[in-house]
Amino acid sequence: MTAPEQTPGDPADAAMVDRLYRGMLLIRRFEERVYRLFLEGEIPGTLHQYHGQEAVATGVCDVLRLDDWITSTHRPHGHALAKGVSARAAMAELDGKRTGCCAGKGGSMHLGDPAVGMLPAIAIVGGGNTVVTGLGLAMKLRKSDQVAACFFGEGATNEGAFHEGLNFAAVEQLPIVLICENNLYGASTPFHRVSLVPDVAERAKAYGVPSQIVDGMDVLAVRAATADAVASARAGAGPTLIECKTYRFTGHSRSDARDYRTDEEEAEWAARDPLLVLGARLDQAASELFEASVKAELDDAVEFARSSPWPEPAEALEGVYA
Amino acid sequence: MPETVIETRRLTIAEALREAIAEEMRRDENVFLLGEDVGVEGGFGGAFGVYLGLVEEFGHERIIDTPISEKAIAGAAVGAAVLGMRPVADMQYSDFLFECMDELVNQAAKLRYMSGGKLSVPMVMRAPVGATLRGAQHGQCPESYFVHVPGLKVVAPSDAYHAKGILKSAIRDDNPVLVFEHKLLYGSKGREAAGGYDLTAEVPTDDYTVPIGKAIIKRPGTDATVVATHVSLYRALAAADQLASEDIECEVIDPLTLNPLDEQTIFGSVQKTGRLAIVHEDTLTGGWGAEVAARVADDCLAYLEAPIKRIATRDVPAPAAPVLEQAIVPQVETIVATVKEMLG
Repeated sequence: MTAPEQTPGDPADAAMVDRLYRGMLLIRRFEERVYRLFLEGEIPGTLHQYHGQEAVATGVCDVLRLDDWITSTHRPHGHALAKGVSARAAMAELDGKRTGCCAGKGGSMHLGDPAVGMLPAIAIVGGGNTVVTGLGLAMKLRKSDQVAACFFGEGATNEGAFHEGLNFAAVEQLPIVLICENNLYGASTPFHRVSLVPDVAERAKAYGVPSQIVDGMDVLAVRAATADAVASARAGAGPTLIECKTYRFTGHSRSDARDYRTDEEEAEWAARDPLLVLGARLDQAASELFEASVKAELDDAVEFARSSPWPEPAEALEGVYA
Repeated sequence: MPETVIETRRLTIAEALREAIAEEMRRDENVFLLGEDVGVEGGFGGAFGVYLGLVEEFGHERIIDTPISEKAIAGAAVGAAVLGMRPVADMQYSDFLFECMDELVNQAAKLRYMSGGKLSVPMVMRAPVGATLRGAQHGQCPESYFVHVPGLKVVAPSDAYHAKGILKSAIRDDNPVLVFEHKLLYGSKGREAAGGYDLTAEVPTDDYTVPIGKAIIKRPGTDATVVATHVSLYRALAAADQLASEDIECEVIDPLTLNPLDEQTIFGSVQKTGRLAIVHEDTLTGGWGAEVAARVADDCLAYLEAPIKRIATRDVPAPAAPVLEQAIVPQVETIVATVKEMLG
């Protein structure tokens, strides 16, 4: 998923369009497959799915290098795949298998892998917003040109952690990019009910942090904004906040019937499906090829997860202390 | 071979801690300090003067003054540790740890486990405890909250030698370690403030460490075991002196580490004395003394000649008035009376 950085303003070349489309398609089909496996009882626990928000994870991570880091949330499947966790390792983790990216200890809400620069996803809302400052601080102290990106929802911006982390990142000028996925609802609560400030980007101004709003359904827009922010962070110019206006096509979690949203609103956002937006630049043959290769990758991942061993019960006691 | 002479000086705990941090920062460039008021020129070197002089040697890059943002302090320590730095985070008062429970309990303690053992979080959090006439929100001993958390280590040194050695071990440890020190024992306010106890100890000039997870027998004895930390440890030693004049010999143990607990030393002592009292300034209910009592009851019941006693701060918030504070915190007389009661 990682690729050479484009300089800001570069026109999207065909290879980039292909790469981004396939990346988003992998997440979409992964989530569909996961939902089916969940209904069949193969995947235990609960799920917070990423359908609809694919452009954000894909556009952001396309700019990041393998040695850049991300923090994620309770809804991490898309972030994990985009940062380079394999479909096999992600699927096996969801199945609770030893071959999962967290050896079965993490599960759906804690997908991650240090080998690809992703902390175990942090499922406490706002939790990543302070931890990411430490990633940035380590990078700054070591004078590396790495960058840390923090994914969080609009709901997290009402947590104290968001404000403490943002202010600290600002005063220390840390190499951080804050990616707010504003999908309009914190679980069932619409943002306008819990914030008089409609745009999260506005909140960044209070801390002297540059911010911008982008169409979170347009992967090229997300990518371009991220490229600017990452270049700025790498150059030592400190953090940037990018607010991606987006929408989840599913409920908050598996038991959510979405009765707090209207059919009209859902239809309006469905028409802006990130796969349709970017798909307009692809021909039919290309998209069919991607469908086939994604299907093969996911068939393989499901088979890998199924045939992988369970952890031994005694492994529950391992890995607490270093 | 002639015996090597170990050079020592008498240091206060504050001086010993400062040396530990400075030595570790010189030894390992990954070590850095962050917290409130730790490096401001003309400031006070942290709330209790432990960091005086460090910014002059190491500069603001490695002595980082943070905003009053405890969540950011703890979260930044976690994130930096994950990438292999060895942050020493400072909490001005341990009462403020409740501001960053998520970062400590959900992140620092669990990231390694959640990652399937792929990550480690080698961070230290220092936090002063103790009732010192500052009232309910600057006088708690919250060690027990953290003793309860798998993934954290908790140490509680009470003298300069062990404070320096165990802080160095904590900095070198690959796990998150909380280091609790008692405000009355820093030595910054003189002997009177600490009830007349000598707050200095002989500290070697060479590089040494004190292991985490190993208790110290401060005074050997045969009649009763008394396990205590911090100021309560000094009161237990004073009580032991008094009892010795009545031919009652207490074995006084400083557990030094509260998690992982050195069961071997404590069990061995109880098996010898047949009696156990635990003294701590943390409140009684759910305090770490209950855990020690439960483990001893599990393992050494056949050796016990009297019920296990816990002498702890009463279950109330810390009051401000001196007479009230004294009324709730374990005192020497209570320890003496309790040991006598155990001996029938």
